[in-house]
Amino acid sequence: MDRYKSVFKHSDVTPKETYINRRSIIQGGIAGVASMLSVTNLSAATNYPRSSYSTNLIPNTLEDISSYNNFYEFGTGKEDPSKHAHVLTVKPWSVKVDGLVEKPGNYNIEDIIKMGVLEERIYPFRCVEGWSMVIPWIGFPLSDFIRKIEPKSDAKYVYFETLFRPSEMFGQKYNILDWPYREGLRLDEAMHPLTLLATGLYGDELPKQNGAPLRLVVPWKYGFKSIKSIVRISLTENQPPTSWNMQNPREYGFYSNVNPRVDHPRWTQATERPIGQGLFSKRKKTLLFNGFEREVSSLYTGMDLKKYY
Amino acid sequence: MSKVILSLDLVRKTPVWVVYTCGAMPAAFLIYQANANLLGPDPVKVIEHELGLYSLKFLISAMIITPMYKHLRINLIKFRRALGLLCFWYATMHVLTYVVLDQQLYWNAIAKDLVKRPYIMFGFASFLLLLILAASSNNWSIRRLGASGWKKLHLLVYPSALIASLHFIMLVKSWPLEPLIYFAIILGLLFYKAVNTIRQKFRIL
Repeated sequence: MDRYKSVFKHSDVTPKETYINRRSIIQGGIAGVASMLSVTNLSAATNYPRSSYSTNLIPNTLEDISSYNNFYEFGTGKEDPSKHAHVLTVKPWSVKVDGLVEKPGNYNIEDIIKMGVLEERIYPFRCVEGWSMVIPWIGFPLSDFIRKIEPKSDAKYVYFETLFRPSEMFGQKYNILDWPYREGLRLDEAMHPLTLLATGLYGDELPKQNGAPLRLVVPWKYGFKSIKSIVRISLTENQPPTSWNMQNPREYGFYSNVNPRVDHPRWTQATERPIGQGLFSKRKKTLLFNGFEREVSSLYTGMDLKKYY
Repeated sequence: MSKVILSLDLVRKTPVWVVYTCGAMPAAFLIYQANANLLGPDPVKVIEHELGLYSLKFLISAMIITPMYKHLRINLIKFRRALGLLCFWYATMHVLTYVVLDQQLYWNAIAKDLVKRPYIMFGFASFLLLLILAASSNNWSIRRLGASGWKKLHLLVYPSALIASLHFIMLVKSWPLEPLIYFAIILGLLFYKAVNTIRQKFRIL
């Protein structure tokens, strides 16, 4: 396979000290010393190699990434997950593997993490709601995992489930979605080298509000496809049910590829608001497949992206 | 009991400017928070949302004055205009936040939103109705229109509130509780008004 070539320009390269301090510099005039001090607490050093599939975009701060989340299991407000996810028990953790695989069973998280080489991947993250962030994930390709569980020849889709534990995830006591949260990918999408099983970010373990201990990251699709806190992975022959599609099939398709030309029925997807750039952050144009057009468009050759939204 | 009467008396003696001053506090606090960077990673959305929410709150408090007087004998009618105008000013700041900070004066996108997005249309329609109400919220207009004409015109507060609460429901994903509560309160007020009107028309009690 070709080495990944990014659409993101070389000028996007930024030394780590600069991106860690970026927000404090931006806010320097207003918040001054206080925010300068607070950012020094961030764990800056990452011991994971930067993947050749990483972009060179400037990541958001850890504070942005871990305090602005959609994780309805912990409430519908953006700040709710950061307030409530701390009660989640992530040890022990296992993932049930079933369906059309040669090696079904319960896999411990410790064993899963050994199935691939952890590396850092800085990906843009585009929410279906019209905002975006840049996140330095730690993880390994989902394809490494799928090869280990050995799909049978008739497997065509991969299905994922989030933990269902209302005692810790109070949001599951409300019928805001049909729990547990479900997601799915076509097998070729799942095997694409950009598709990541993430175990961490900013060189550390995943914060619980970001989907600890194991989540999916599909950088060319809207954020809700990147399912969090995974406890089940199944291979199936038929297209699996997915949560937002079940909730509102007209608004949320199975594919949900980032596409500026296919609007959400209630709002535009042509532009996005980058998070974490303060009061006067400039809107930017949304890119087809979130900037990964060259890498993934061949997956959808001949498909009408307006029909398969 | 005497305590209640005393406190009600105190309320009655409160000058209207106190309501205006208190009403300006949430906006002042938002400006302070934005300056001190206390609004989180997405300050624009917080400002937009809070301003809209305060507008809705002032709208409901203005609409609740008459039922309070009729059923609880609490007369706060002299504050109603202030509450209504506060609702309008918050709605104006809400719209300005959308136009300037959110859409960044990108008129093309705003125009598209206006013709394509029902929640934007609803929000804008509600704002236009509020504009009519605010523009006629003065003694001169009451004299010009006559008491009954003015009252009729100000029935527009009901469609405006209903549309505003629908605007709130339409912009969220799924069915969270908060917008539904506002919708229910406004439906309740509308139902109350309808029942009262029918009663008066047919002189039944």
